[in-house]
Amino acid sequence: MLSLERRYVDEVIAHAREDAPNECCGIIAGRDGRPTQLYRAVNAEASPYRYNVDPKDLLRIYRDLDNHGWDVLAIYHSHTHTEAYPSPTDVSLAAWPEAYYLIVSLADEAKPVLRAFRIQDGRVTEHELQVVDDAGAHLDAAR
Amino acid sequence: MAVEVRVTSTLRNLVGEKMVQGHGATVGELLEDLDARYPGFRAQISGKDGQLHRFVNVYLNDEDIRYLQALDTPVKPGDVASILPALAGGGLPALAGGAR
Ligand SMILES: [Zn+2]
Repeated sequence: MLSLERRYVDEVIAHAREDAPNECCGIIAGRDGRPTQLYRAVNAEASPYRYNVDPKDLLRIYRDLDNHGWDVLAIYHSHTHTEAYPSPTDVSLAAWPEAYYLIVSLADEAKPVLRAFRIQDGRVTEHELQVVDDAGAHLDAAR
Repeated sequence: MAVEVRVTSTLRNLVGEKMVQGHGATVGELLEDLDARYPGFRAQISGKDGQLHRFVNVYLNDEDIRYLQALDTPVKPGDVASILPALAGGGLPALAGGAR
């Protein structure tokens, strides 16, 4: 299960809306499974159908989180017109088996849907996404 | 000469550390050296033709080696090489050649 404070969820959705119609992407760093910081990344593809974190931006973000002693907890991106589920290309390019893949769908503009997965050796498993308030209290599921 | 190579994710599991010393005069030689000591290293990042996968980023210090001399980029003591798998995906069945 991935547990995120409401502000991270709000930020992912805000980023997706700002970059629409293109896909957005970013990283949530963490320590011991708890989120510590969200980094918006530059989508080098600038495309509605693809994302690829700009390699220079990826190095910048990775260095910063590594210097803090954090890990890549989650990698997020948006689907502007399709459901919040990894596409075949998402699966074939997934190279971070220890990270959660968070996908936000804007298919229904009024009701963004956020889901969490792990992608390991081409296998997709969905994980519960729990949204908590800043004090850590359980609010509701994000979907 | 020895150059520090920082690895993540699957490579980190293979090596067992976040950083490892590689030996060689170019980035390509560093990777060959690491593959000799950690079998499977090269297969994680390049194809049978020896070219780096398009979705693997290799940096020397702050620079993506695609913008240097790729695998022929010379290294010197004190340099730091970093290998980061791309964070990429897409809604189409295949990337239509647009990825950098
Ligand atoms: Zn996707």
